[in-house]
Amino acid sequence: MSYQDKYEMVCGVETHVELATKTKIFCACTTEFGGEQNTHVCPVCLGLPGALPVLNREVVNLAIKAGLALNCEIAEFTKFDRKNYFYPDLSKNYQTSQYDLPICKNGRLEIEINGESKSIGITRAHMEEDAGKLVHSGESITTSDSSYVDYNRAGVPLLEIVSEPDMRTVDEVIAYLQELVQILDYAGVSDCKMEQGSVRFDVNVSLRPLGSRELGTRTEIKNLNSFAAVRRCLEYETERQAKVLNKGEKVIQETRTWDDSQGVTLSLRTKEEAHDYRYFPEADLVPLKIDPEWVERIRATLPELPAAKRERLKELGLSGYEAGVLTSSKAMADYFDRVMQNYADAKVVANWIMGDLSALLKANNRSFEDCPIKPYQLADMLKLIKKGDISGKIAKTVLEEIYTGGKDPAVIVKEKGLVQIRDQDALEKIIAEVLAQNPKSVADYQGGKEKAFGFLVGQVMKATQGKANPELVNKILKEKLQIAY
Amino acid sequence: MQLYTLTVHQLSELMAQKKISSVELINAYLERSSKIEHKIQAFITHTKEEALAQARIVDAKRMQGEELSPLAGIPVAINDNICTAGLKTTCASNILNSYIPPADATVVTRLKNAGSILIGKTNMDEFGMGSSTEYSAFTPTKNPYALEAVPGGSSGGSAAAVAAGEAAFALGSDTAGDIRQPAAFCGVLGLKPTYGYVPRTGLISYASSLDQIGPLARDITDLALILNAILGHDPKDSTSATVDVPDFKAGLVNDVKGLRIGLPKEYMEAGVEGKVAAKIQEAVKQLEDMGAICVEVSLPHTEYAVAAHYIISCAEASSNLARYDGVRYGLRVEAEDVLSMFMQTRSQGFGDEVKRRVLLGTHVLSSASYDEYYTQALKVRTLNKQDFDQVWTQVDCLLTPASLTTAFKIGEKAQDALAMYLSNFCTIPVNLAGLPALTLPFGLADGMPVGLQLIARHFDEQTLLRVGYSLEQNTDQTSLKPDLDRE
Repeated sequence: MSYQDKYEMVCGVETHVELATKTKIFCACTTEFGGEQNTHVCPVCLGLPGALPVLNREVVNLAIKAGLALNCEIAEFTKFDRKNYFYPDLSKNYQTSQYDLPICKNGRLEIEINGESKSIGITRAHMEEDAGKLVHSGESITTSDSSYVDYNRAGVPLLEIVSEPDMRTVDEVIAYLQELVQILDYAGVSDCKMEQGSVRFDVNVSLRPLGSRELGTRTEIKNLNSFAAVRRCLEYETERQAKVLNKGEKVIQETRTWDDSQGVTLSLRTKEEAHDYRYFPEADLVPLKIDPEWVERIRATLPELPAAKRERLKELGLSGYEAGVLTSSKAMADYFDRVMQNYADAKVVANWIMGDLSALLKANNRSFEDCPIKPYQLADMLKLIKKGDISGKIAKTVLEEIYTGGKDPAVIVKEKGLVQIRDQDALEKIIAEVLAQNPKSVADYQGGKEKAFGFLVGQVMKATQGKANPELVNKILKEKLQIAY
Repeated sequence: MQLYTLTVHQLSELMAQKKISSVELINAYLERSSKIEHKIQAFITHTKEEALAQARIVDAKRMQGEELSPLAGIPVAINDNICTAGLKTTCASNILNSYIPPADATVVTRLKNAGSILIGKTNMDEFGMGSSTEYSAFTPTKNPYALEAVPGGSSGGSAAAVAAGEAAFALGSDTAGDIRQPAAFCGVLGLKPTYGYVPRTGLISYASSLDQIGPLARDITDLALILNAILGHDPKDSTSATVDVPDFKAGLVNDVKGLRIGLPKEYMEAGVEGKVAAKIQEAVKQLEDMGAICVEVSLPHTEYAVAAHYIISCAEASSNLARYDGVRYGLRVEAEDVLSMFMQTRSQGFGDEVKRRVLLGTHVLSSASYDEYYTQALKVRTLNKQDFDQVWTQVDCLLTPASLTTAFKIGEKAQDALAMYLSNFCTIPVNLAGLPALTLPFGLADGMPVGLQLIARHFDEQTLLRVGYSLEQNTDQTSLKPDLDRE
């Protein structure tokens, strides 16, 4: 029995996304991922006595951009606040964040579930600094004799995007997260590298009896770093809460953590043990006034967002599925657009990108961001097919050759002698030989076995190393077989 | 001629005329310290060798005919909460008792660029929390006018060093009157510039929205020279103002004719000691004799300022001092786990007064009392500022006592936190409003210096210097010297 038989899930998500700036939010240290421990640090992000923060303007630009992409209101007046708590990865033992006057609020995004559109509210989005990272000598903080702190990540700018509790199924949550990450990726506000932790999720989830309009007691599960983890975690947590409720007990309002290896959520702290963060205005920074001109300047830099792009692709004649796949990453969608500039047959371009090229990249563990085949090269190859210089089958070989050697398709076709044989006389001669060598198949075909025709085509292709023009082969074969008949 | 009693501009003149060298000057100060420092205990760290090495460099430059700042070759003492690269900076706290900053505070860089010679780091109340320098984790500093009296605080070491002839001038920090009240107690001049006029970069924060670095010196001309060197925007401090800095020295005028000076009645009615009140009346008369127009004004919310100030400053301090946890620098008391290490380090590293303020600050920010205390305090802060805004429509500056009393005795208030807080009654509203204020000596009462306080509009330090300069030129009350050789 699933929880859904008796209960409805209510879920909201807090998404922490690293903003794609070169330097940290309050100092000039690089935000580059990795690097030897404690090498991307300075007195400011180490919280040395006397060091003061200076806001990175680009962080504000990107926060505004994200807000606009998520249909938010951009605050005309915003400020930073301190969130106070003690933890060794926090160099000042407070996090500079935003409390009551976030930069963005009242936004929304649209998701599509079973072909129907649903709007998910964005409560707010605010700027804050990331903390450092603990490196334990043992497995975990509790089992280690000692721990080290790496502050390279301390001060990396984050945008925390808080959704309304608008999601009712796990699929809706995943659809929201995918759409959100896609929008942020398109807007260029984050590199959205989930595997490097540049996007992290905290989910708030509760159950209520079907038909009820009151909210149940929620739990918050912190620090999930992939869609798969969110899905598994929610599937577990909803069942756990359902079991508690079915026993007639109450869900405890608490913060929980997801143990990926065990596949369970574990209690971290209850409401009574919750931190009192003692938020108050950050006096080392001045409040920020954002005039409408600033917002408009940023709006002008917003690229086409996924929803608009999907619509445009559909207008080009692609299916909803194809438009969805092609826009699933900005890099792929951009690649599509660039190929289209040189070869404007959407269907053909889509097929090659979603099919052979995607497979090739996947097999080599690469993505469209660093695709070795330039868009013009793919377009050139498609032109060769259209002209009849190469067959679709040969093109697969050509594609691999471009991928490994980087040469242009025309050069590869010439060097490797891959040009299609379309010389009627030459083909007739080859076909005559094939027919002579395969009297049984000829007889079979003439006896009514259609399959034999395919075999004969195959033999011609084999004899020409696949270079024969398929239409010509078909035509000549049919003629010859009729004559023989 | 005692070099250690002269002003910066007099010493500068002597060096320019090559009558003395910077090395001679530094030696004279070091010799003075060797005789009296054990009585005063103004310093936490002395920088003898390094000071002499720097003095030799300045002398060499002067010999080569290089054009030098009026502050070149002059010995300066720096409060020990202002960072000095490679030199221990402790905030007079055990938690930072071996902390060596990697970089100079911006003001230190500016003074070094001007050629000033850092002669030492001065004692203070721990993290600036106190009004008598008794809350130093190391030793109390004594008042050069009476060794049994406090020098005031928290920049008491700086005030005592300038008064006793151990430094030609000093930089202190002022959160609640921490430059002005000790300057008044020690008979020297102290100036808290407008909030944001002097960069805080490298000043170890006590209360970010109130802290301000400023000079302590022996006359108005010296203050003008120092302001010329340390004021102005610093891109590393977001709260640092981008206003232009005039030439304060060139702007000094001996003329207060027609200047409207307000006398806030709330200050005079707050229990000013009679002998202090009498000196204030004398100063008012002097100013009127010189052509100023003195009028009574009202700042009705003055009585709430001390409470609001302590709520706000302690709230900010509880957060600013959270970073001292034993993880990255400073004292670490080893314990079995991280939380115990935090607690042990902070329990042993901080003194009682710091703990009291961190507790108070944590309390007023907690969700249960936030609205009752912190929010109310912010409202009072706004009312306090509006009081001043109102008064500036009537007068050009204000005259008040620097302190309700002259320097009190060591031990008199150390156990009475409230009495200690109230000793900043006259100076605190200025910090809350971010205004500039100057205290200058105006004679003695029962052998102890009495201080006047002048308050002006934001970024109007020139009016403060104008009134101070006029008093200085027309009376003999502003230039005092303690007699430390009598014992």
